[in-house]
Formats: sequence, structure tokens, C-alpha cells
Amino acid sequence: MLDAKIPSGPLKDKWSSHKLHLQLVNPANKRKYQVIVVGTGLAGSSAAATLAELGYRVKVFCIQDSARRAHSISAQGGINAAKNYANDGDSIERLFYDTIKGGDFRAREANVHRLAEVSNAIIDHCVAQGVPFAREYSGYLDNRSFGGAQVSRTFYARGQTGQQLLLGAYSALRKEVERDNVEIRHRTEMLDLVTIDGVAKGIIIRDLITGKIESHSADVVIMATGGYSSIFYLSTNAKACNATAIWRAHKRGAFMANPCYTQIHPTCIPVHGEYQSKLTLMSEGLRNDGRVWVPKQAGDKRLPSEIPEEGRDYFLERKYPTFGNLVPRDIASRSVKELCDAGQGVGDTGMAVYLDLSAAIERLGKEKIAERYSNLFEMYEKISGHNPYEYPMMIYPAPHYTMGGLWVDYNLMSTIPGLFVLGEANFSDHGANRLGASALMQGLADGYFIIPYTVGDYLAQITPINTDITTFAAFKEAEGQVVQKVSRLVSAKGKRTADDFHKQLGKLLWDKCGMARTEAGLHEALDKIPEIRSEFWDNINVPGSGEDLNQSLEKAGRVADYLEFAELFVRDALHRKESCGGHFRTEYQTPEGEAKRDDEKFCYVAAWEHIEGQNEQQLHKEALKFESVNLTQRSYK
Amino acid sequence: MDKKLNLKLMIWRQKGPKDKGAFEIYKVKDIDTSMSFLEMLDVLNEELTHEGKEPIAFDHDCREGICGACAAVVNGKAHGKLKGTTLCQLHMRHFENNETIVIEPWRAKAFPVIKDLIVDRSAFDRIISAGGYISAKTGSAPDANAIPIPKENVDLAMDAAACIGCGACVAACPNASAMLFVGAKVSHLIHLPQGKVEGKSRAYDMVRQMDKEGFGNCSNEYECEAACPKNISVSTIARLNREFMFSKLTRKT
Repeated sequence: MLDAKIPSGPLKDKWSSHKLHLQLVNPANKRKYQVIVVGTGLAGSSAAATLAELGYRVKVFCIQDSARRAHSISAQGGINAAKNYANDGDSIERLFYDTIKGGDFRAREANVHRLAEVSNAIIDHCVAQGVPFAREYSGYLDNRSFGGAQVSRTFYARGQTGQQLLLGAYSALRKEVERDNVEIRHRTEMLDLVTIDGVAKGIIIRDLITGKIESHSADVVIMATGGYSSIFYLSTNAKACNATAIWRAHKRGAFMANPCYTQIHPTCIPVHGEYQSKLTLMSEGLRNDGRVWVPKQAGDKRLPSEIPEEGRDYFLERKYPTFGNLVPRDIASRSVKELCDAGQGVGDTGMAVYLDLSAAIERLGKEKIAERYSNLFEMYEKISGHNPYEYPMMIYPAPHYTMGGLWVDYNLMSTIPGLFVLGEANFSDHGANRLGASALMQGLADGYFIIPYTVGDYLAQITPINTDITTFAAFKEAEGQVVQKVSRLVSAKGKRTADDFHKQLGKLLWDKCGMARTEAGLHEALDKIPEIRSEFWDNINVPGSGEDLNQSLEKAGRVADYLEFAELFVRDALHRKESCGGHFRTEYQTPEGEAKRDDEKFCYVAAWEHIEGQNEQQLHKEALKFESVNLTQRSYK
Repeated sequence: MDKKLNLKLMIWRQKGPKDKGAFEIYKVKDIDTSMSFLEMLDVLNEELTHEGKEPIAFDHDCREGICGACAAVVNGKAHGKLKGTTLCQLHMRHFENNETIVIEPWRAKAFPVIKDLIVDRSAFDRIISAGGYISAKTGSAPDANAIPIPKENVDLAMDAAACIGCGACVAACPNASAMLFVGAKVSHLIHLPQGKVEGKSRAYDMVRQMDKEGFGNCSNEYECEAACPKNISVSTIARLNREFMFSKLTRKT
């Protein structure tokens, strides 16, 4: 059994008493410690800026050309906090409970409670930074509702909340760059983690402009490299999102937890062609004012405006009268799929449902709706060619977020001492399904308010490195392996492109390990993945060389890692013989078609250990103990 | 509904910062009109790869118009002719069959070409470093509702804060000025009470950095506003000028 190092004592006092017991580094000594932060999304930027403010020497690595472009920028709808400004009964306890329940009782209680506790400080800090959250005419902050909650606790900045929060963290980071506390390297990709005597001491990167492979050492390595939804090829994630950094860390000894927990977001613009490179999300915020429906009659080809009320099935309101259109994402997505599979879907492909705001437009007026969602409506129109003020939006679920990730203890440290993992890259807070507007909350909680305490405790117990250790064998060996992989990719000179392999893998996973999973299907995927992988290495075509900017090479390296990771992803789904949250095994469902958990056998975190020389990872379990909530069948009816 | 297009593409190819670079001509066939502009380039790149040639290097990431990575001048217009649209959100339905499309990188002294359509925009990061922030340390903030802020001020702040830092304003400006970028950040922060505290030095410091990076001056051409994918208004430049004058007059040094 894995020990998560959860502090003892009552749930609500754990974090405050833990903070008191964590060791501190005195201000004069902080300068002696070198911290590496990989990734500049909400978690990475906020961590780097805050650690620099505290006085540590921070080196940041960013895959984009600017820290401001990390994928957190795309988050639309909002960020949760337990402020209860709406006076509608919210509290830290309620945010905690909603998150645990939303995650289908597969998250760690102590972490989730801490998340709810620090949520309010995040809003305070972001306002102080100048994040222009939406306000009411009184001048006070406005809230909207998100799925899985019956209170309005979501703070937002139009449909660009992620952008505004990231620009806040980014500007804090730039301030620390200006003050020489942070050194930032853009257009660099982490390609390996270096450990010395089992302790994380640095990373290997490739400079994406010069192609140079470099070693960087540090007293502590913090990874905030995001999720792996783009394993499906088509997802709402940006094109640079990938799992290479976490997969390399896994192969160096960090356990991978619950990789099969993926979130398929219900409201995305549907797939329309083979050439398509990504899918676009339409914010969950739209479900505040929008109603989801399909024609009652399968195959009804009438225009939506010609279908009268009695001919429409508002299926979420019908199935879940209490939460209606605001059920959690996993439940909404499965319902959409169910209706489309039954032939009630709309649009050219039949793989879409309506998200209809016409009632809200009529009630509130076009202007009010435009104020709330204009950027989303414009984006929808640009992509689909339809005007959503006149014709209801068509949406379909798409891969969006991964709850799984590197296993971390309560301090956010992985199984490798000295390697901390933040944000979507870790597995910690969302269980088997993440609630909307909670990813931004977690990323910033980890970076601003948790890691500054826990990293200090770790550093206080080690002596800072004061010599150049990048000449040590561990670094040279890791560098050598990276160089070898690059040269193998550019010299294969095969016939198929990285995108081609990626699409093949993505389709296989979407069919067999997507919204509905079966034992037989998962076995099929497990048979097929090694075949694709072996063809990849024989037949990959990477033009150009490794010695300059080469986007084909970058893609190929990431696909190569996905082809390894995919197997663990599927194996985890196969081993979990229950349904929970976003992991839906069709064999395990209630008579109403809801996910049916097996708490006796599977109330644990599955943490997989890579064993050198072996193809299959070894399973470790962290038992989930629920002290303050009762495990129940999740109901949103 | 979807048509297919055959297109002639004239694309700027440049191996590296020191290479001279030149246009090359490519042909693509059967381009679906519901493709995005970048997906059309993906099709070309797949073909080039199969022919054993190096694909066109171009910046892109979110492909939903918010990260600000994608950047190219299409037929003389930054991000193409569609108003208020990034290149990744420009779809092929806005082009005609057999059209010739000229595709070039941003052209500005402060944005040197790295390869093909990719330019170095790190000058923008350095301008932000010079003062584009409120120096609130983590942990020091009062309750978020402690200071009410008039809704109209926040709306104006948000209009300016919508800037994605893509650099189209610079590419469109005959002087390659970054005034709209700087104006947007200064306006965002000065509309908020929290941002006023450091307002005095902010405009001065950011403009000074802008000049140092080699961006040109503003001569009121309004090309920046026309090219901006987020419709940032030139009124932010007026605000910047006011703040700049004010900080210049009241500075001690």
C-alpha cells in the first residue's frame, strides 16, 4: 500500500496544522536553492512566480514561444471558489462535498478539502493582480453556475477566464524575470528527468530552435506539464499538449496514477472531416442559459425551428430533473452519446445534439446574452458557418481533460523524492470526473498556495548543490539516450508521418477506450497498440535534421511516447472492473444506465510502477479512506 | 454544402535568421471549404513530407483564437482579410477556387524571422517585464470584494485585457509600432483601482522598453486596430499617450 502522508487530525484542521509542522528555509538560505519549473500554465507560472517572490532561484522551461501561450489560456468558463457571495448556501464544506461527489468518490478527501479551503484566497489574489472578473452594477463580483453544483460559485471573465488568470500569473512571472529571480527558457521541451541515487536532480531538454540537447540541474524539479487528452489525437487540447514529460518521469520511477480517468466534455463543436486537427469546446457556462435537446423522433430531419415543443426531448431535464442541464460532464456526455446512438442525433452526421439558447435570448434579450457569451458565439460561427443567435448550436462530446496523472502525496511530491507535480499533470484532486471550473482552481491552488509551503519543507531537509553536477554520469547517460532517440527518429526515413500514426492511435483509443469501454474492446486495443508502435519505429518519416527547428521531429517524439503510454492507459481501464465518473465500463452499470462503482474492490488509487526491462507495469494501491463523507450512488436526479 | 478548392500558394521560405529567404510556389488540390487556414497548411505539409521535403514551419497551438501563437500575413493582411479573426479561425470558405494566396511572416525589425513563417516575439515579453503588471505578492491580498469597482470600468479593462499578444498590430503598422500592444496593457490596468498605484511609472517604463526593442512610433494610421483579431481599440493608444505624458511630467528622475 502507498502512503500518501496525509496528516492526522480532523479533516478541516489537517492543512492548517500541517503547515505549522512543515519546516522552513530561512530567507538568507533560499537563494542557495535552485528550483526548476517545467511548464508555464496556471500551475507552473503561479508556482514559479511565488517561489521567486520567496527568494528561491528559479529556472523555468516553456514549450511555447512565450509563457503566456500555455494551454491554460484556452479555459473559457470560470473558476470555482467557496466565497458564498451569492448567499445561496455555499461553504468550504459544500465545495468540498460537491467535488468529492462529482469525482464519483475516487479522490483523496484531504486534498479536496484543502483545495476548497484555499479557493477563496485565489480569487482575492487574482483580483489584486488585476484580473478583470465580471462584476455586477454594484461593483461587486458576479458569479455563474457550473455543472454538478446547485450554487453559483463560479467567477468568470467573459468567456476568457483562463486567459485572464494566466495573464495574471504570467505577468507575476515576468515581474520576477525583471527582478532577476527567474530565468526563463522559451521554446524548450523537457525530454527526460535525471535522478541521482533515486532523487530528482535535473532535466534534459531540447532547445527547439537550435536542436541542442542540454542538461540542467536543480535541488528540486517541479513539473506542471499538463494533461494527455491529445492521446486521442482529436481533443480540445492545444497542439503542443503532450505526455512526454510525465511519461519520461514515469520511466524514471514516478508512479502513474489512474491513467484511465479521462474527461470527455459534452459541449464541443462536432467533428466534420478527416482533415480536422482539433476540436473546439463551447464553455460549460452556456449550460446556464442553454437547453440541450434532440427531436423525439429518431431520424427527424426537420429544421429545429420547425420542431414544436412537444416534438423535442430535453433529455437532461427529463432524466435529471434536479440538476437538469447542469449535471456533471461525464453524465451529460454519456447521455448525448446514448441519444445519438439511438438515432436521435442531428446534423449531417447524426452525431450531434442541440444546445439551444433561444429561450434565454427571448427572456433576457440578445444584448445580455452577447455580453455573457459573445466570444463563444463568434467562435462557433467562424468554425461552423452557422449563426447561433438564429440556429441552435450543435454539439457533441470530445476529449478535454485527464484526471489521471503522476501520483503525488499530500505534499504534491511524486514517488521520486525531489520531483513535485502540479496541476493537470498530477492525479490528485478530481477523482474519476472533474467538475467544471475546478481545473483553474486546482492549478492555481497548487502553484500559489500549496507548493510554496511543501517545497520549502523538502528543501529545508537537503543541502543545496554547490557544484556543477551536469557533468555527472547520470546526466551524460540521459543526454545520450535523448540524442539517440532523436537520431533514430530522423534516420528512419519511412513512409508515414507522425500525424498519420497519431490519428490511427487516436481513433483506436476513442473507439475502444473512450466514452464507453468493454473488456473485449480493451483487449483488442491492447493487441493493436504494440503493432502500431512497432510499425512506427520502422516506418516513421521525419524530414530534416535534429539540428534546427524541426516541428515534424517534435511531433514524432511525442507520438512515440503516446504509443508507449497508450498501453498503460488501456491496461488501467481493463483492470478497473467497475464504472466510475468518466471511466464507463458497459458491463458495470445500474439499471438506469449510470456508472456503477464497486467500492469493495476498487476504492483505491491505482498507481503504476515502471520496472526497467519489463513491458508491464506493477500495480500499487493507495486505499481511499472516507472519514467525513458516506460513499453513495451518485445521484443528480 | 462544402465546396472543394484548388489553390496556388506563394509561401515565404527561410531556413534560419541569417538566410535571405524567398517565396516558393506550391499547389494544393481539393481543399475542403470548412477547413481552417492552418488545416489547409497541414494538408500541404503532409504532402511535402511524403515528397521528402521539409514542411513549412509555422507557429500555432490552441487553434481556437486565444493563445496568440499563429501569425502570418495573408495576401497583405495580418491574419488575413477577415476582421477580428486569428489565422487559425480563418476558414477556407472565405477563399475562391483557383485563388493565389501569398503567405509571409510578420515583418518587423523587432520580430526577427526564426524559420519560414516563425518569428521571434520575445520583445513583447520584455515589454511586459518592464511594467505590465501589478506587483501584488502572493498572500498579500485583501478580500476580493473589499474594493467595489464600477462595472463599466471593469468592462473597459476587460476589452483591453483581451489582447492575445500575437503581434498583428506590429505587422500591420507601416512603422512596425507596438503602441496598440502597450496601450492595451496600460489601459487594462489603469481602469482598475489596483492598477493605479504603479500607474505612474508603468506607461513610461513600457514605452521606453518598446523603443529599446526597435519598434517604431505611432503615426495614427489605425492599421493596428483594423488587423487586431480581438478588436482592441486605438482609444487604448490615446490612453497610453495620456498616461505617458503624465508619468513623464511627474517622474522624479
